[in-house]
Amino acid sequence: MPYAVPFMMLGAVLFGIGLVGFLTRRNLIIMFLCTEVMFQGVLLNLIAMGLRHGNLQGQGFGLFVLVVAAVEAGLGLAIVVLLYRRRGTLDAESWRTMRG
Amino acid sequence: MNTPAWLEPLMFYLFAGVALLSALGIVLCGNIVRSALCLLGTLGGVAGLYFLMFANLLAVIQLIVYAGGTLVLIIFGVMLTSKSPWVRFAARRGEIVASCAVVAALFVSLCKILTDVDWSAGATGSAQVVPVRDIGAVLLQDYLVPFEAASVLLLAVLIGAAYLARPQPAERTSAP
Repeated sequence: MPYAVPFMMLGAVLFGIGLVGFLTRRNLIIMFLCTEVMFQGVLLNLIAMGLRHGNLQGQGFGLFVLVVAAVEAGLGLAIVVLLYRRRGTLDAESWRTMRG
Repeated sequence: MNTPAWLEPLMFYLFAGVALLSALGIVLCGNIVRSALCLLGTLGGVAGLYFLMFANLLAVIQLIVYAGGTLVLIIFGVMLTSKSPWVRFAARRGEIVASCAVVAALFVSLCKILTDVDWSAGATGSAQVVPVRDIGAVLLQDYLVPFEAASVLLLAVLIGAAYLARPQPAERTSAP
């Protein structure tokens, strides 16, 4: 088994844990943390693929994903704080206006 | 430098274990502050794995940007929003079972893909540490347009986050 495959398996496990947390927790900040865990899984995959092909494109793309993740963290937290100001709770279930 | 052959698998399992246990801690922990701290373990473990994959620059950037910047931001968010860190909003049992089933199916199919692929095709042999100079050259030659677009994106987000977090009109009129 080549060197990069265990890293990709680990990336899949991290993505799965993040997805389970995102779907089962109802706290907005915990859901946000779970998206960060999923990001880590995806980044591991990118770097492992770059390692396997022996070029720099994996690392370059990983850098851009890091930038986008930092951006997403800033905006996401601003939105969470805004939602908290409107309803006074972090419960995602309190935002169900569009449910039929 | 000569490193013993058992060291690399040991480091892999160590970092992977730290990352996985912390990720589980984020999902299962009842306290928001502890969940946020568990994220530090995941980020650190994954950064160690980057070192094992010869991506030293990315590992350092991960430690600085994520563990240094984003995590502090998240903890500020927790402090700004939490009345009690122990508040737990329960999901229904059916939702938990359904999401676990979906994720298990996804994981099994991903593992099947990973084990079925013929990895010997098109593989290049020697993995080694890349000098930072090469990464800089790639960023400023091959990826110049995305690089500049990232700076515009950062500026837009700076303005957008300040706009979103500004004092609300109702708060402004109530202030003296």
